[in-house]
Order: sequence, then structure tokens, then C-alpha cells
Amino acid sequence: MTAESAIETRELGRIYKVRGNKKEKKVRKELIALQDVNLEVRRGELFGLLGPNGAGKTTIIKILTTLLAPTSGMARVAGHDVALEPQSVRPKINMVSGGESSGYGLLTVRENLWMFSQFYGLASKEANERIVQLLKMVGLEDRIHTKSSDLSTGLRQKMNIVRGFLTDPQVLFLDEPTLGLDVGASRDVRKFIRGWLDAEKTRTLLLTTHYMVEADELCDRVAIINKGRVLACDTPANLKRNLQRDALFEIETSPLNGLSTALIESLPEVRKAALTEIEGGARLNLSLVEESALASVINTLTQKNVKILRLSKHEPTLEDVFMEQVGHSMSEVEQAGENEG
Amino acid sequence: MKAEPLSVLTGIQNPKVIGWRLFLKTIIARAYPRLIGQQREKSWIFFDIFLPMLGVSAYVYVYRAIGAPEEYVGFVVVGGAMTAFWMNVLWSMSSQLYWEKEQGNLALYIIAPNSMMAILLGMALGGMLATALRAVAIIILGMWMFQVQFMVTSTLQLLAVFFLAMTALYGMGMMSASLFLLLSREAWHIANLAQEPVYLVSGFYFPIKSFNFWVAAAASIIPLTLGLDAMRQLVFPSGALLGFLNVKLEIGILTGLCIVFLTGAKFLLSYMEKLAIREGRLTESRR
Repeated sequence: MTAESAIETRELGRIYKVRGNKKEKKVRKELIALQDVNLEVRRGELFGLLGPNGAGKTTIIKILTTLLAPTSGMARVAGHDVALEPQSVRPKINMVSGGESSGYGLLTVRENLWMFSQFYGLASKEANERIVQLLKMVGLEDRIHTKSSDLSTGLRQKMNIVRGFLTDPQVLFLDEPTLGLDVGASRDVRKFIRGWLDAEKTRTLLLTTHYMVEADELCDRVAIINKGRVLACDTPANLKRNLQRDALFEIETSPLNGLSTALIESLPEVRKAALTEIEGGARLNLSLVEESALASVINTLTQKNVKILRLSKHEPTLEDVFMEQVGHSMSEVEQAGENEG
Repeated sequence: MKAEPLSVLTGIQNPKVIGWRLFLKTIIARAYPRLIGQQREKSWIFFDIFLPMLGVSAYVYVYRAIGAPEEYVGFVVVGGAMTAFWMNVLWSMSSQLYWEKEQGNLALYIIAPNSMMAILLGMALGGMLATALRAVAIIILGMWMFQVQFMVTSTLQLLAVFFLAMTALYGMGMMSASLFLLLSREAWHIANLAQEPVYLVSGFYFPIKSFNFWVAAAASIIPLTLGLDAMRQLVFPSGALLGFLNVKLEIGILTGLCIVFLTGAKFLLSYMEKLAIREGRLTESRR
């Protein structure tokens, strides 16, 4: 680990032992949540873990925040081994999870935040001053004396965000921080996060998300993770640049009449195809080696009596990078995960 | 979003405290929700005072109907007041870490630099003080409704018994908090299962001397049993006649229970934390 590293993992792995169903209660199955994860997050960096639900993002956060022991490999945060020196890691970190309902509903916003600040040894006076200032920054100052049980989901999440920043951690972990927030609240939170990090270059932030736009807009670097493995890691710009050689198209169609991605991918010069069902039809994302391959795709659609409702060419996004790495779109992977579950 | 004040973005101005000062801060902070928050829902007056008073009244009328000695009425009132502490330990101590886990608070307690023992002590202190308010209300109501007369024979011993019984009882609650967390979803059922039998064996509404010696001795593992017995001996003139053991011996045993339960709580907490980190049981079920 270099002096510039805030987080480092080497061959990090985690296997859960899970009970079988009712019939196989005594049988313990192994579930591989993480496998050989190697990451290095530099001090001052906003690093994103991007992947579908169940990819292993939260497991990485749990390990890095000393809540879960790895079953193989090692992880260091702020210069300390998380498994061997958790007491040295904890004063330097904090964590906020999306949709969390921490705190006590009978306490006001200020009281909840004050309580958590005391667990980090902040002077009460300073804690209260910071609470007022931070609440102003997230637009929650008028709710300072509101019981937290009376807050909406979005406002409660803003309170949680303030809790994480209140103790001024060296390394902050945000696990899906905008989960369930409306567009405006998500934008506010993202702006606040970026502002906090830019104000002090020694702060580090690790963010997990399955929102591509969020990762693209916020992160200095992104690791794409799926099924417990890191598939790619670079700046969003570099990840997208690597796809630049392909022509990317998005086609909205009428219902597909049994047309499969395999059939489209079998066409010459088609590198990747991903289908997503949408209302009244489907969306087909194409990555083509040559633009001329579009003609054969359209031909195939026409032969199957699939109508083309909209066709557009676009610049690569992280969604395209994910599709390139995983072979499916994020929504397809999540859908498949739900079906398996 | 408003324009951000620079002082917040540039970080903490004063050094954060560590060591015993952090320990004390944590205790006070965790006691706060119980001391202040719990008083905000006025329904506690109904559930924690009015309902227990109904139970107390029922026993009082039964004793008066059968012509039992008047001291028994006082026994019931004292027992009724102490019931509040047992309920608090069972539902707000033993089950608490499990609820905290499901709420998402436990993970935040663990990742903070504070000691988990300080969190448990804060829970215990807050619970004890908040419940004392309810217990005092029951005693005052009982004295007023049933004309109970107290005659304290030794204030010092009475205070010692009360504080030792409370320390041992909440120590037991802290210990079982870790156990309940390991048992996970069974916590709710265990708490339900323990509630009524303890009312019986601890002699909340009658002197435990009525039991066979060995039953009373076994029941003495629950600190309230000896605590109640000793307190009754110290506040009622005929209490000593109905007492199970000598008050000084009961004080000695309660001291031993304090040591056992507090030490047990510390070890079990440490074991629970290690096991839960190894098996991934510290975060709520949905994560």
C-alpha cells in the first residue's frame, strides 16, 4: 500500500455459508459473494463501485468498514488492516447506506445527529454548530426540530447523509446513497458529495451505485463489478473511450415476436446486443464493429415482423461499458438475479 | 442547496476525545433517547402506569378479600413498581441489540470508535432512570390508593439493595442482549416466554418464602427476586418475618450477581461481535 492509498484490497474474497431450504435445513451451501478483488483507491479520490444488485458492492463496503471479515485476501483502509486493526480503522471512517432507517424516531433531527456525533468524541458545542451548518447545506435546516419519524424518505436520507459527513471522516463509504430519492433530492446529494470532497484533498470517498449516470457524473474512477468480480477499473472517460471504436445504436421496436439477442449477435459485425422489454415493445442496444452491420439487423427485424419505432446512434455511456464487460445490460442482469432468487 | 459555510467543509476544529472521555460521552449519548425520547410519547402513562396499576389493584383486592395481613398490600405495590424494571430489561435491554440491528443502528455503533460496552451501559442507564420514573409513580399511586405505610429500618441498606439489584438486573439484561442477538429472530419468542414465569418465581406479588427453599434459591438467579425480598424486609415492620434470607446475605449474593452478570456481559459482547463479524450477522436482514 502506498502512502497515497486510502483503500487497498488484495485478492479479497468472501464466501457466505447459507442454509438450504426447509427440506435441506441442515445442508449448508456456499455462496461466493466476492472473489479475488484487487482495488486501490487513492487519497482524495471519489471512487465508484458500479454493478447490479447482488454484485458484491455492499459486501466490499461491509468488509472495508470492519463489519464483515473477509474469508480470503486482505484489505487496508487509511493504512490499517481491517481484519487485524479494526479499532484503528474506525475513528477514520464513516458510512451511509441508501434507505437506512437509523436513529430513533422519537428524537428530533438535531438530537439524532448529536447522538451519533458523540460516539466519535466530538465536542457537543462543535457538533451542534456543524449540525446546523450541514443541515443548511442539504436544505434541511427548517426540520432541525422535527422528529425523525415525521420525515419523508428523502428528507430522512438527507439526515443520514449529514450523519456520515458530520464526523469529517478520512474515508467515507456511501452505499447507494441516492436509493429511493427523487431526481431533485438525488441531484442535491450528488452536488453536496462533490463539494465536500473538493474542499479538502485528503478526503476519500467510496461510493457504490447501480445508477450509471451517478457514477459517470460523480466518480473520478469506477470499478465495474459483477458476480463478486471486478471486471474493469478506470476513469469513466477511459472506460467509454475504449468503446469508441464501436458504433453504438439504440433501437426501440414493437414486441419482439420471439427474437433473441443470440440471433442478432450471430449476425456479422455485431459485437454485442442487449434487449430490454419496455412498455409496448422492446429496446435493443447494439454495439457494431461496422456501422454497415445495422442494415442486416434491420433486415432481420423486418423479417420477423418487428416494427422499428425509433432508431438513434449515441456516444458510449457507462451502460455500454457495462454491457461490453458483462454481456448483458444492467437491467437484464438484475432481472435474471431476481428470477434466480 | 445553499452556499456552503467553509468551516464545515474544512473539517473538525477541536480534537475528538478518546479513551474514558469517549466512553462517558457514548454512555450519555446512548442514554439520551431513553431519558428524553421515551417521555415524548405520552402513551407511556397508560401502558407503564395505568395498566400495571390494574394488576396491582387486582392482587390487593384479592388479599383484602381473603383477610391477608395488610403488609401483603405493601408487598404487591412494591412488586408492581419493580415489574416496570423487569419489563424494561426484557423488552428494552435483552431484545434491544436485535432491534438495533434490524433498524440499522448496530452497524453504525460497531463502526464508530466507541466501545460497545459503553453503548450497552448507556442503554441500561437510560432505561433504568426512565423506568425509575414509572416505578416511583406506581409507588406513589399505590400509597395513595391503598394507604400503604412504609417504615424504613435502614436507609443505607435499602439504597444498597436497590442499586445492587438494579446493577445486577441490568447487567443480566446486557448479557442477554448479546445472547438474543445471536439467537436472532427467536429473541421475540424468548422474551415472550420469559415474561410471565419470572413474575411468578421472582415473587412480584407475594413473598418468595412461600416457595420451597430450592425453588426460591433457584429463582434468586434473577436479581429482582432477592432485591424485592430484601427491600420488603427493609420497608415493612413484619417484612423480616416473611423474608427468604437475611438481608446482609442477600446483599452479598446481589454483589456476586453484579460481578457475574457484568463480567459475563463484557465477554459475551466481545464474543458476539467477533462471531457476528465472522458470519456477517451485524447488518439488518435486508442487506
